[in-house]
Amino acid sequence: MKNFLKLIFIGIITCVFVSGCVSTPKGFLKLPENYLEKRQIEMRIYDTKDEGTIISSVAGVLQDLAFTLDDSETKLGLVVASKKADASNVGQKTIAFFADVLSAVGGTASNNMGNCDDVQIVKASVIIKPTLKDGNRTVVRVTFQRIVWNVNKQISKVETLNDPEIYQKFFNGLSKAIFLEANEI
Amino acid sequence: MKSLKNNYLICLISIFAICGCATTGNKAFKTSESQVELRSIQTRAFDMTDKKLMMQTVISTLQDLDFVVRKADLILGSVTGSKFLGNAVVAMTVTIRPRGEKQLLVRVNAQIGIRSVEDAETYQDFFNALGKALFLAAHKVD
Repeated sequence: MKNFLKLIFIGIITCVFVSGCVSTPKGFLKLPENYLEKRQIEMRIYDTKDEGTIISSVAGVLQDLAFTLDDSETKLGLVVASKKADASNVGQKTIAFFADVLSAVGGTASNNMGNCDDVQIVKASVIIKPTLKDGNRTVVRVTFQRIVWNVNKQISKVETLNDPEIYQKFFNGLSKAIFLEANEI
Repeated sequence: MKSLKNNYLICLISIFAICGCATTGNKAFKTSESQVELRSIQTRAFDMTDKKLMMQTVISTLQDLDFVVRKADLILGSVTGSKFLGNAVVAMTVTIRPRGEKQLLVRVNAQIGIRSVEDAETYQDFFNALGKALFLAAHKVD
């Protein structure tokens, strides 16, 4: 009995120590080494000082890409938007399906299909400001992040989108939108 | 044996007493640092007066650090953004307000998941990054 109580006591002490050791991660606000490269990917400079046209073109291209505007502060040139989209992947679903079938054949239960990606929300944040050098041109910088839910409605992935292709696509759309706005289309 | 039973009873009663006292509302207002100490690690003064330029530089810094800016307000001088760290969300608010006629005060507060960041080193990392962005801005690099 005494040993049992001793065991419980040790257990409690360990729990207290373990919970006391929870610390917040460090170093997450350190500047990454490639931050200037990242700026190049996320940024384009347009040869106009008409910030108003660029801001409405940004809103226009976001609408073209089926985003809805969440917030804006035009005095600072900020536009925030988000979009809900399909995140399912046929390849991932096929593998999950066969894994489920195999485990069923083996007599065990599994739910790989439930862990497949289903929907995603992509958030975009765009900053429009005059160039620092002469103020005669306009800088546009965009950043994207996404949250992915699986079929079981659990969050399966959260990430910042760093694929240059996505950014290129956005800026191609923006160039077209600036042209369309200029021609009042 | 009787004393052992008594011990158990006392244990049970204390557990109930502790559980009964648990209100979780005040947990949201708990900080481990004092108010003054917290302000000193979260705030820096900069020798510049252009609030808009400072806010745009803060936004650039947040973007350099992988944050997506969610909200900003020029009059209030606030910028809010978030980024992901593994599966946790890091949320940050930066406020900029004038101090006297020649300086701007920048205050940052960050939260990871449900935990507030109260560690001086982390805030210093942010101010180092902001310092670099201000240097680039001073040299007219967008």
